[in-house]
Amino acid sequence: MSERFTKSAARNVFYGGSVFFFAIFVGLTAQSHWHILTTSTDVSTLTESVVRGKEVWEKNSCINCHSLLGEGAYFAPELGNVWVRYGGKDDAEAAREGLIAWMQSQPTGIEGRRQMPQFHLTDQELNDLVDFLEWTSRINTQNWPPNDAG
Amino acid sequence: MKYASQCVAYWYFTCAMVLFGVQILAGALAGTVYVLPNVLSELLPFNIIRMIHTNALIVWLLMGFFGCAYYLVPEEAERDIESPFLAYVQLGLLMFGALAAVVGYTQGVHGGREFLEQPLWIKIAIVVVALIFLYNVSMTVLKGRRTAVTNVLLLGLWGIAVFWLFAFYAPDNLSLDKVYWWYIVHLWVEGVWELVMASVLAFLMIKTTGVDREVIEKWLYAIVGLALFSGLLGTGHHYYWIGAPGYWQWIGSIFSALEIAPFFAMVIFAFKMVFKGRKDHPNRAAVLWSLGCTVGAFFGAGIWGFLHTLSFVNYYTHGTQVTAAHGHLAFFGAYVMLNLALITYAMPYLRGKAPYHQTLNILSFWIMTGAMTVMTFALTFAGAVQVHLQRVMGISYMEVQDQIAPFYWVRLGSGVLVAIAALMYLWSVFGPVGERKATGAKVAVQPAE
Ligand code: HEC
Ligand code: HEM
Ligand code: HEM
Ligand SMILES: [Fe+2]
Repeated sequence: MSERFTKSAARNVFYGGSVFFFAIFVGLTAQSHWHILTTSTDVSTLTESVVRGKEVWEKNSCINCHSLLGEGAYFAPELGNVWVRYGGKDDAEAAREGLIAWMQSQPTGIEGRRQMPQFHLTDQELNDLVDFLEWTSRINTQNWPPNDAG
Repeated sequence: MKYASQCVAYWYFTCAMVLFGVQILAGALAGTVYVLPNVLSELLPFNIIRMIHTNALIVWLLMGFFGCAYYLVPEEAERDIESPFLAYVQLGLLMFGALAAVVGYTQGVHGGREFLEQPLWIKIAIVVVALIFLYNVSMTVLKGRRTAVTNVLLLGLWGIAVFWLFAFYAPDNLSLDKVYWWYIVHLWVEGVWELVMASVLAFLMIKTTGVDREVIEKWLYAIVGLALFSGLLGTGHHYYWIGAPGYWQWIGSIFSALEIAPFFAMVIFAFKMVFKGRKDHPNRAAVLWSLGCTVGAFFGAGIWGFLHTLSFVNYYTHGTQVTAAHGHLAFFGAYVMLNLALITYAMPYLRGKAPYHQTLNILSFWIMTGAMTVMTFALTFAGAVQVHLQRVMGISYMEVQDQIAPFYWVRLGSGVLVAIAALMYLWSVFGPVGERKATGAKVAVQPAE
């Protein structure tokens, strides 16, 4: 590096530039926060059962096997769109029953197939969980995932 | 060792290496469940094994950073640590929290956000640990000589603590939750951790090459500047598909593509300094790990990051084995290797011996990096096949996984090699050293500055 670019010049560029970019980042975060609350998620249907469903999701750490909107573990299917995969858009009742039946029938115990544990959830917890997955499937994700396979 | 209080670093490194062992063990177990899915499925489900693997990783890396700071700050500030006692209290609390978390996880006591599964009391304990630590090193630095190395290191460490506070903010709205979750995960590894990495590397270069401090510190500011200018807005590469606005596809793609620059600069920097320095440092293993760390980070974070960071690529690769490939090589190349470099450098001084077990240490370097590279390629190929079958053709997840099973065997094989290399490393660092070699250490290699 040239002699004219001194250490103190480098230091000033570092501090000044970092403050500048951090400020822009915080500003854009605020705008995104607003966008999420008003446009890309449906806050009006973010009911108490959806919130409780999110708690069930977290308490059992489904995220360390599954991904949700593409984030999490890669050991089991993506669940951001599982509601759609179960046909929830056409027949909500059937999808709900299907998902609850799935949760209740685990583990499959099939030799050589990955296993999902039995969580012994109550009816209320199961329904909350399904509400959460249904709500999640309606987030505007810029058309991700590319197809129903997730 | 110039300052007696530096010896607290020894215990930080020891505890870090214990958790390194736990991490590798859990990783090998997780890799086994992938290929033999009925193993342990009732006793210890995959999600629990995985959270032990990732949590142990993050905690031992942090513990290593703390150890690095306690080792290098006295030499930089030219005075003893403010309070060695507090440093031990801090270590005890962190280690207790870490082990309690692992035991708790096996008993089903955990939260549910990835990487942040710790129960609330442990999250709070981590804040206390951070406060003790920041007080201790900040006071040491403020009362002593201020250098660019300690400036940048402290800024990085303060940043780690500040962004950790987002662990306490989990909005009910899933999209918001994800936006702020990345404030910890991304702004750590692609922001403030890079400051720690660059400053520790600069310290290693000053010590092992004997190049003029002015030159090295100028590089340091340039590198961390590149890191933050690209890395802050680069967070956008996680905001493509979670409900955030569409403009992040542009901002995230452009700025995160630039994130390769600081990692490239670190490679140039380290190699240039080592060639420029006329000193042949007797701890060849430490120099090798230092150089290797920049190369590992360049490939793992830089190249493998760029591979899937542009939004039109990420649309297909998001959340596949491609991500796992990148996650492994990036964490390993940047932060695991950095810690192993400083430990290799510092241990002879901490134990009062001339550099020892060099051949074994260097051998462990090649086996470990080689095996991690094989693992990365296996996961990358698995990911490429997965993307094609699942994301392009639309075949269901479970069917596709059957197709890529062979790659998971390769991962397990290379993982076992990593474990063997780790044992070799531990022996080379902590193992007994014969009396014959244990002479003249203190005078041997303190370079002029
Ligand atoms: C130990 C790992 C593990 C955990 C933890 C886990 N799952 Fe699963 N899950 C799986 C696996 C593996 C499959 C695929 C099983 C199969 O197809 O035989 C699966 C499948 C599913 C499916 C069906 C997906 C589809 O597309 O057919 C749903 C729904 C589901 N899991 C929900 C959950 C929820 C909700 C939780 C948390 C309460 C959870 N899972 C926790 C491993 C796990
Ligand atoms: C020092 C070396 C290692 C590092 C730095 C490391 C790091 C990580 C990280 C960061 C994750 C989370 C991945 C993500 O979310 O993308 C992870 C997951 C995982 N790691 Fe490692 N790991 C290491 C060694 C190993 C070894 C030796 C194995 C054994 C084969 C292994 C197997 C796994 C598995 C199976 C997962 C879960 C992947 C999934 O979600 O499907 N790791 N590791
Ligand atoms: C040392 C620095 C880095 C580390 C330790 C690291 C680690 C990780 C990890 C663990 C994940 C998975 C997170 C999850 O569980 O969801 C991830 C994701 C990602 N990283 Fe990095 N990373 C680093 C640098 C970079 C850089 C420099 C780039 C870009 C050039 C990059 C691009 C990405 C992208 C695009 C994703 C999202 C993957 C997806 O869509 O699934 N990373 N990183
Ligand atoms: Fe990132």
